[in-house]
Parts: sequence; structure tokens; C-alpha cells
Amino acid sequence: MALLDIENLHIEFPGRGGSGPGVDGRRGATVAIQQVSLSLDKGEILGVVGESGAGKSTIGNAVIGLLQPPGKMTAGAVMLDGQRIDTLKPPAFRKVRGRRIGMIFQDPLTSLDPLQTVGDQLIETMQVHLNVSPAEARRRALALLESVGIDEAALRLNQYPHQFSGGMRQRVVIALALCCEPEILIADEPTTALDVSIQAQILDLLRTLCKEKGVGMMLITHDMGVIAEITDRVAVLYRGVLVEQGPTRKILGDPDHPYTRSLISAVPRPDIKLRRFPMVSYIEGVEAPGDHGNLAMAKSWLGQHRNFGVASDQPLVQVDDLGMRFVLKNAFLKRNRVALDAVKNVSFAIREGEVFGLVGESGSGKSTIARLIAGLYQASHGSVTFDGVNVTQQRDAAAMQAFRRQIQMVFQDPFSSLNPRMRILDIVAEPIRFHKLASSEKSTRQIVSGLLDYVGLGDRALLRFPHEFSGGQRQRICIARALATRPRFLICDEPTSSLDVSIQAQILNLLKDLQESLGLTILFISHDLPVIRQMCDRVGVMRHGELLEVAATETLFSSPQHAYTQHLLSLMPALDFLSREGLDEQTNDLILNDPGRAGRAAMPSL
Amino acid sequence: MMASNFLSRAYRSDLFYSFIHSPTAILSALVAMAIIVGALTAPLVAPHNPFDLATLDLLDANIPPVWSENGDARFMLGTDDQGRDMFSAILYGSRISLLVGIASVMFSLVIGVTLGLISGYAGGRVDSVIMRIADVQLSFPAILIALLIDGIARGLLPRDAQDSLSLYVLIFAIGISGWVQYARTVRGATMVERNKEYVQAARLIGMKPFMVLRRHILPNVMGPVLVIATIHLAVAIITEATLSFLGVGIPPTTPSLGTLIRIGNSYLFSGDWWISIFPGIALVLLALSVNLLGDWLRDALNPKLR
Repeated sequence: MALLDIENLHIEFPGRGGSGPGVDGRRGATVAIQQVSLSLDKGEILGVVGESGAGKSTIGNAVIGLLQPPGKMTAGAVMLDGQRIDTLKPPAFRKVRGRRIGMIFQDPLTSLDPLQTVGDQLIETMQVHLNVSPAEARRRALALLESVGIDEAALRLNQYPHQFSGGMRQRVVIALALCCEPEILIADEPTTALDVSIQAQILDLLRTLCKEKGVGMMLITHDMGVIAEITDRVAVLYRGVLVEQGPTRKILGDPDHPYTRSLISAVPRPDIKLRRFPMVSYIEGVEAPGDHGNLAMAKSWLGQHRNFGVASDQPLVQVDDLGMRFVLKNAFLKRNRVALDAVKNVSFAIREGEVFGLVGESGSGKSTIARLIAGLYQASHGSVTFDGVNVTQQRDAAAMQAFRRQIQMVFQDPFSSLNPRMRILDIVAEPIRFHKLASSEKSTRQIVSGLLDYVGLGDRALLRFPHEFSGGQRQRICIARALATRPRFLICDEPTSSLDVSIQAQILNLLKDLQESLGLTILFISHDLPVIRQMCDRVGVMRHGELLEVAATETLFSSPQHAYTQHLLSLMPALDFLSREGLDEQTNDLILNDPGRAGRAAMPSL
Repeated sequence: MMASNFLSRAYRSDLFYSFIHSPTAILSALVAMAIIVGALTAPLVAPHNPFDLATLDLLDANIPPVWSENGDARFMLGTDDQGRDMFSAILYGSRISLLVGIASVMFSLVIGVTLGLISGYAGGRVDSVIMRIADVQLSFPAILIALLIDGIARGLLPRDAQDSLSLYVLIFAIGISGWVQYARTVRGATMVERNKEYVQAARLIGMKPFMVLRRHILPNVMGPVLVIATIHLAVAIITEATLSFLGVGIPPTTPSLGTLIRIGNSYLFSGDWWISIFPGIALVLLALSVNLLGDWLRDALNPKLR
């Protein structure tokens, strides 16, 4: 008998028509979890992996009895040490929750009470559950903080959560989850909100603690890297159904179920560069995924007028000594103002037709650079030169409009980058109408419909509103809008970081296709090194607003020069045992033999 | 085709679902509709025209409602001191009350939303100046501001124009006293929307601030404005009634509900209760139903309360 047994779990969210299937146009119940059985042993780490909407968190919430109403368990049982807990009354359940099952939430910024010191929160929890004296609780709290790797624990005990950094707070949350010595720990995306370097530390800590204290942990995540790093066994969920479970190495290295296979094939690898992600069958439907290879480029909107003059030797985008200072606290007197240098004296160049990557952790200034180049922010000093014209100093309105047509941007969050009150037709047509690029309303419509077709959405999308689309589809719409002015330079600011891994693979494929068939120049910004490796020709590494190193992608990954780059690379999860079935690898030889890329790859770095 | 499409979408919408599942909302909508329809069709529905001095007869003054001993079949709810039929006067009175209410709400809305958009989008000094003015105004009760403006207008206008212009003065006074709420709400919402990526995408293609505000931000901040406007309508109607009751609003020749209550007030101690009570009931029903509708709308549009 295992420590935790989930048997045949079935969870529904009733719709307007009550439970059961939808009748008479009323929304029926949504089945979130179907017949899921899982078990967890002492000291074992079980990974629950799946994409958004798969029901991962719902399982975790059901185990600790915190299922969000109106969701309810309609069948199945949750057994803790052979005793059924899902039928317990709320007061009895409170003795289990926290005491025997600990929980770690995703966002360390909101899972601590901001009005209580860290020590008080730990001590209170222990006193409620363990019946210990305040002095004893304090002693234990001190020991706990030390064991989760917080220095000067005695001092830290009297501090408030806002005095801790994100990673430190997550350590406190872990200490809080462990303070009553639970038998089981449920961690729901514990490192998703953290930077890679902190993620590695937290995962390390979780693994050590579980092994030392014999705690069984259920780790819920969407990240294959995390799964590969610390879990012993893994369960794969797909739309509420458990498709496969087994030892982590077996599942990741030799998956049986086609969904697991397609999921694994979509994970960007740090060690190999793919020509394209293999099209995976299990992801959301894409209408008419136009065959870009055979697309008659000359006839379509995107194919026309693509000659911007003879390609010159000078780079398309030249950034010189660029700096940006944000005023954090304004004050009447200059000396009282507090400012932050988000970008410090950055210089680099992007050549025509290349994909230039910028990588760095949060707050490194990569998005600020993108917005400075796009002209959304005013630079404090330095200049941006686009096609030989200094655009930071440009005051001529007509020249500015011409520049704006040639540069477009794809944003990070597909949910806020489309105006919720506008139809897709109007959203994509807006740049065309604004710049008066089409002669008539009818041709505008034709162009928009062609663009949507090109990014893999059908004509039916035209009259719909953004909320009717999923994140991946919205990102396709954003790309269509960015292409509407036939830009020469595209800025992608973390275009896939809020998407599921299989959707990410699709979007990256789309961007690769676009880049190849249109010869676009792309500035690709990401915090994710494996993604950068798949997409970019050259990469710049940023930290605290400074550009530390620029190198060709393969060079950077094989022989990084700067210590910080080496550190970042060492933090990438090792995914070398992942199944390579069906992958279309692109070796260095291939790059050199590819006529389209040979010129760029052979060019010396600037 | 379009119409049926719209109807079926409206039928399936969450707002409609929430409406038919809220008895309060249905009841208050019915009451409000009844009063509004009655007010709009007053010339057709009302048995008398209380504004037409020629039809008034002082001999008919102070007749109690039909069901009391001295009642007259011609005057269902009795008459006032001028011999006006109370029922007709209430219908015509709510017409004026609604007109003043709706017009002043529109006035506040336009000023408040415009200033809020500018303040939220521009930020910096412009924002500080507009918001400090709003703060100053918030430190007085709205009714005081309305009284102040009303008083100033009366001082400036020639005596013979006062009565004919009193309606516009009132709309202006109530409108000016209420813009702050809109401005503050819209400013907050604008500051949120301004940083969203769809606004940046619009700026990226070179759109000017005015066009960004009109095409992108305005439609996305109107949700809460609608709620405030509904609740503000009730407040504006009450404010108008209060001002008229104090004698600085609508003149007694074309009485609004507030004026009718004031006229009746002086006869309360002589036992002629109906002159005050019936317009009072009409006012309470109107304000209450509009207010309840506003509350329902606020809850129905708030995703956190669903």
C-alpha cells in the first residue's frame, strides 16, 4: 500500500444546465478529470505533467480538499496511508491539510501573508497543528529556515515577506509547507515564477529535503526540464485523462503513448538544433496550414515589393551606446529622485536577414532594448540606426512613418496584445488602413484573409473576437498583424514564453518558415536558452542592463566566453536522454551546405 | 440576419442569464420602465395638462384622492393648491426629473471620461493638475457644488431669463458636480490599459495619442463607466429634487417631482398629505429602481462576484 493512493478520480465542473451533459443549448458539465489513478510512496517524487487545461492543478487541489467550487468529485477516492480522506468533514480535513499534507503554490509573491513576519507565520502554523510551546516552535522555525538555506535565520525570522527576494520567499513557503513534518508535499509549479538560476537552487533543495525526510512529493508542472531534473516517476495528463505513467527515464526516453511522444518532440533541446519541430498531431487544430514551401510568393501580398534596394554592407540595425534610465521615484529636487539604468551603454548590430537573439534573466533589460529600437521608449542616450538612418533623432514625420512600416513587433502576452473589443479583421487590417496600403476596403479584406491563411487560421476567424481564440491562435493573429505592413524587421519579445510547449513548437516553426521564405530580419528575445538555440543565428547575453557577450549561436553554446554565460549554460536541464524519435536535426555541416544560410554562417561576427 | 444574430447572442450572453436569474433586477427594470414610459407618453396618458394654465381652475384646489370622502372622479390622486391634477403633474414632473437626470449624467460623463482619459494617458503634470482639481471638488459635498453653481448662475443671469433658463442651469450645475467619479475611474482603467500590449502595437504603427485613446482605450474603459452612470442617474434625480425642494431648481410653473413635494410641504400640517406624498412615492420608486438596476449591473459585470 502506497503512502498516497488516488483511485479512479473523477472531477466535474457543472455548467448552467447542472451536472451531466449539456442539454438544450445550455452548457453542460465540464469533465476536468476522468478516471485518474495515481500512487505516491515515501521519499518518492512523482511528476504530474501536462499542458494547460490538462487538469494537473485540479488533481492537486482535490488531494488537499481545496477543489474550487462548483467543481466536485463525482467518483473515486483519495487514500492517505490507507485511510480515506476525501470524505472527511471540513474540520477533520483541516487536521490533515497542512499537518499531514503540505502545499507549495506557484507564486511566492502572494502565498505569504504580507502583514505578518515570516517567523510568526511559521510559529502560528506549528502551534495550530503540533501543540508545541512558543519557545519550542521558535526553535524549530529557526532550524527550518536554516535547513532551506536562508542565512542569518535568527534575523530573517523577524522580517516581513517583502524584505525577501522571490527565490527566498519560495524557500520560506517551502519551510512553511514542511514545518509540521508532513508526509506528503504537493508542489504546484513551484519554480515557474522564478528565474532559471533560482529554479535550479529550489529544485535542488526540494529533492534533498524529500530524500532526507522521506517525504513523498507530487510535483505538478508543465516543464519537461523540471521533470527530467528531479522526478523519480512521471504521470502524463492529457485533457483530464492519464495517458501514461512510469519511471521518468523510461517515459522521457522511450514513451509509449503518441501524446507523450509528440509532447517530448516539441521540447526545445539545449544540445541539438532542429531544422523544424516535427508537426505533432496531438495539438490544437490549425486550419489549412498553408504549404509555405509552395506558396506563390510573387502573387501574395507578402511577396510583393520586397526589394528594399541593393543589400549594402552596413548592418540593417545598428545600436550604439544605447542607454535608458527609468525614474523610479520622482521628486521636486533632482538629488531626491531615484532612477534605475535599465539599459547601460549597449552596442550591437543586426545584419539583414539574420535572426539575432537576446537572452538574459528577468530585469536584464532585453525587453527595454526592444522597445527602444521600436521607438516606444525614448532613449536617455545613444542611438539606433535603421538602414543607415538614425531613428532616435528622426523628427521628420514622413520619414518616421516609412520607418514604422518597416518595423513590427510580436509581444509576449497574447491575451493583452489584442484589443478585446475589436474583430480580428479590424485588428489585422488596422496597420494596412492606417498606412493606407490598400486601395479599397475589398482588397484590405483580401489581404487580411490571405495573412490569416498564411499563419494557419481560416477565413472564419475574420469576424470573431479575440476571446474566442486560444493563446497559440492569438499569437498567430499577432504575427499576422505584425506582417500586415510587410515589415523588413520583426521584433519578437518572448513570443512563446506564455504558451504551452507544443504550441510553442508550432509558433517557432511558423517564425522559422516566415524568416526563410520572406528573408525577414528578426530580433528574438527570450529567457529560454534552448529556444534561443533553435531560433537564432547570433546571440547576445544580457545581465543588469549590460550586454556581456555576442557570439554566433553554435560558438556561444560550445565555447562560452563570459563567466555569466557559462553559468547560464550550466543551469540548463540535461535533456540528453529524451527520446529523439522523429526529430529533424540540423548539424553544423548542414548549415554550411545550405545555400541560403551559408553566407550568413560564414560571415565573421561583428 | 444581423438583428437575429444580435438577439441570439444577447440571449446566450452571461449578462442576460444573470438578469433573468435576478428577481430584483427584473422587478426594478419593470418599475423603471413603467415610470419612463409614463413620463415619455405623458401628453397621451395624462388626463390633464398641468402646464396649461388655461385649463386650471382654482376652485378645484386641494381636492383629496378619489377614494376619500371629498374625492372627485376627475382627479384620481387629488389636486394641489393650483387645482392641478396630481397624477398628471407627477407624470409631467417625472418627465422633467428624468430629463434633468439623464442630461446631467451625460454632461458629467463626457467631461469626466475625457478628463480621465487625458489624465491617465498623459500622466505626469497634466495628471497631477486634473487630479488635484478633482480632489478639491471631492472635499465638498456634490449638492453644495450644485447649489454654488446654481447661485452664481442666478446672480449672473438677468431676472426675467432665470425661470426659462433654470432647466439648463440645473443640468449644468448637477453635471459639473458629478464628473469626478467618472474621471477617477476612467483614469485608473486607462493607466491599466495604456500599458497593455495592444496599445503598444497601435503606437508601434505610428498612431497618434488621440486616435489610440479613441479607437483602443475608450471602448475598453466604458464598462465601469456604464455602471457609474446608472447609479449616478439616481443620484442626479435626487439632487434635482433636493434643489427644487429648496426652491433653487425648477420653478413651480412647470413643476418637477421635487417642486411638487415642496408645494405639498406647506400643506402637510393642514392635512393635505397627498400633494407631498404621491410625488414622493414616485421619486422613491424611480430612484430606488434605477439604483437597484445599477447595483445589479455592477455585480453582473464584476467577474469576481460571479
